[in-house]
Amino acid sequence: MTTTAVARPTPGGTTKARRKRVVGLGVLACLLVVAGAASLAVGARALTPAEVWHGLFAAPDADQRLTEIRLIVRTVRVPRTVLAVVAGVALGVGGALIQGYTRNPIADTGLLGVNSGASFAVVSGIALFGLTDPFQYVWLAFAGAAVAGVVVFGLASIGRGAGNPLTLALAGQGVTVFLAAMTTAVALTDKASLNALRFWNAGSVAGVGFDVIWPVTAFIAAGLVLALTTLPAVNLLNLGDDVARGLGVNVALIRTVGIVSITLLAGAATAACGPIAFIGLMVAHVARYLTGPDYRWLVPYAGLLGAVILLVCDIVGRLVVRPSELDAGVLVALLGAPFFAALVWLGKFKNA
Amino acid sequence: MNGAEVKPSGADVKADAVHPRPALTPGVRFGRVSFVWRPWIACVTLLLAAAAFLVFCLSIGVGDFPISVPRVVATLFGRGEQVDEFVIMDLRMPRALAGLVVGSALGVSGALTQAIARNPLASPDILGITSGASAVAVFLVTVSGGTAAVIADAVGLSAAALAGGLGTGLLVYFLAWRRGVDGFRLILIGISVSAAMQAITTWLLVTADIRDVARAQAWLVGSLDNRSWDEVRVAVWGTLALLVVVTCVSFQFKPLHFGDEIAAGLGVRYSAVRAVLLLCAVLLAGVAVSAAGPVPFVALVAPQVAMRLARCPTPPMAASAMVGALLLIGSDLVARTALPVSLPVGVVTAAIGGPFLVYLLVRANRR
Repeated sequence: MTTTAVARPTPGGTTKARRKRVVGLGVLACLLVVAGAASLAVGARALTPAEVWHGLFAAPDADQRLTEIRLIVRTVRVPRTVLAVVAGVALGVGGALIQGYTRNPIADTGLLGVNSGASFAVVSGIALFGLTDPFQYVWLAFAGAAVAGVVVFGLASIGRGAGNPLTLALAGQGVTVFLAAMTTAVALTDKASLNALRFWNAGSVAGVGFDVIWPVTAFIAAGLVLALTTLPAVNLLNLGDDVARGLGVNVALIRTVGIVSITLLAGAATAACGPIAFIGLMVAHVARYLTGPDYRWLVPYAGLLGAVILLVCDIVGRLVVRPSELDAGVLVALLGAPFFAALVWLGKFKNA
Repeated sequence: MNGAEVKPSGADVKADAVHPRPALTPGVRFGRVSFVWRPWIACVTLLLAAAAFLVFCLSIGVGDFPISVPRVVATLFGRGEQVDEFVIMDLRMPRALAGLVVGSALGVSGALTQAIARNPLASPDILGITSGASAVAVFLVTVSGGTAAVIADAVGLSAAALAGGLGTGLLVYFLAWRRGVDGFRLILIGISVSAAMQAITTWLLVTADIRDVARAQAWLVGSLDNRSWDEVRVAVWGTLALLVVVTCVSFQFKPLHFGDEIAAGLGVRYSAVRAVLLLCAVLLAGVAVSAAGPVPFVALVAPQVAMRLARCPTPPMAASAMVGALLLIGSDLVARTALPVSLPVGVVTAAIGGPFLVYLLVRANRR
């Protein structure tokens, strides 16, 4: 390009900014790979890379010790690593999107009622049907989350101003409040569900097998595909509904697809792990600080960041109180809060 | 100061919860104090106050020894019979008064928080008070022996929890302080600190004995059961004092909705006003916790409901106080009379308040 010509703006910013963002994505992806590898090697029993490799790929043999390692790697560490990545991506993307659709910087993935819906379904299942197996909770929780999300969006879509950000946020808050009250009411009158509720509330990526993880991953993948199709339109929605309409966006359709995708993402992640608060909110702000307000960049960043953070928190949780463990959901808030508060104090986040 | 949008007459645009008003609303002036006379807001607030008083009297009258509302009113004005006097003043008054005071404190605290943060999802729950108090209380209930037992015996659960809540609230306040308090910074810091405190609470509950968990859970919802005069007295005076401060300062508060520059141009020291009102919001939430525990959601729901009833663009203080009081006393009444199982008042407030807010939203959208 000659110096006299005026550089035409390329979509998504200048080439320099673009290159920076691509490099950033690469860095995050590398971090994710490193964290994933660490997640396989670290735990109650420390393994060498060679042992992990053997546990992953070797055929079964007679050696007692190697068989044990194979069991640990394949049935404990691989599933929780996969789930941490999948749920982290889902919560990160969901957090960025819910803030986009409600235009509210303090919206979190729980706002659509997915957390309270899932919790209510779980305690009701225990109190009414005497469920005891966590495997049974998963689908019940997913159903509860999905129903809550649909109810919130349905209520916010009645009449004029359908699904406008303020109504959506407040309707979500109202339904969440109601379901939380019902959950507490059941838990206070039924000791078994109270007992299950406290473990459920801690939010963990451990203890779930692939029989749950694959279907959950399928739902999350569907949510991701839907979410990615709406990204350019979300940018326009954030200019205001009227502007978006004028630019040819089908506002109602995009909102519906967006909310369905958030419900799928957050609902499936919550069903598999229990409620993990704060991660979606935190990641959305950090991603916005790194990429700017363009959702086509912000959302992928948020997804990768979410996965890295959840993995790291799970690893730390295995190390701090050996031989027992701290749940990842608890650590996300304990570790994340000081970092996030420091960034806020330094004025890194804009009021989106 | 007229903070409402003035619509051109004949325009059929109608914003959510704002009604077109004539451009000139008459002002009322008493010496140095003046305010805009808005009949609708005044009427709504008065009606809410009357309803709150009625439910307050009903609540006092209900029990093993039923007393009719006229007799309750007579007794309140010092003209009742001796038996009524004893039952009401010594036995039932503390509970009803706690409901009244906690409800108004939470309503005003919520209105202040939402107005300062300019965010309808903001509530004192994210100022750290409730989460801090809850973490301390659950720690004292579930960790037996050692320091916990010493603290619990020395000062009592409620006092220790209150100290924890106020400590957390002030921590949030000072962390958010950087050349003045900024609403956005405050809510993000508040959310972070609250999230950490809730994580601690969750973890304590996971590791605790199930019997302690039930006790802790009951405390976490907030309750008005078995209040004595001693527990209520501090809350009553504290709330009254804080409400006086809020009333005096709130005259300076209206212009803040236009942004700091305009407020400064109108002669408002916005930084000082915001700092004082936020501190009031923190303390009001603390007072509420001291009398009833961390009653959730009242502070979040009451201002939003009051806004829609009074058709105000911003959370109205007096109406929020009345809605909060009505919600809390009414829920307490429902919890004591209509429910088959006994549930803490906090559960009922959320079960009633959440759906009512949704109903108001849907109604506004359908018009």
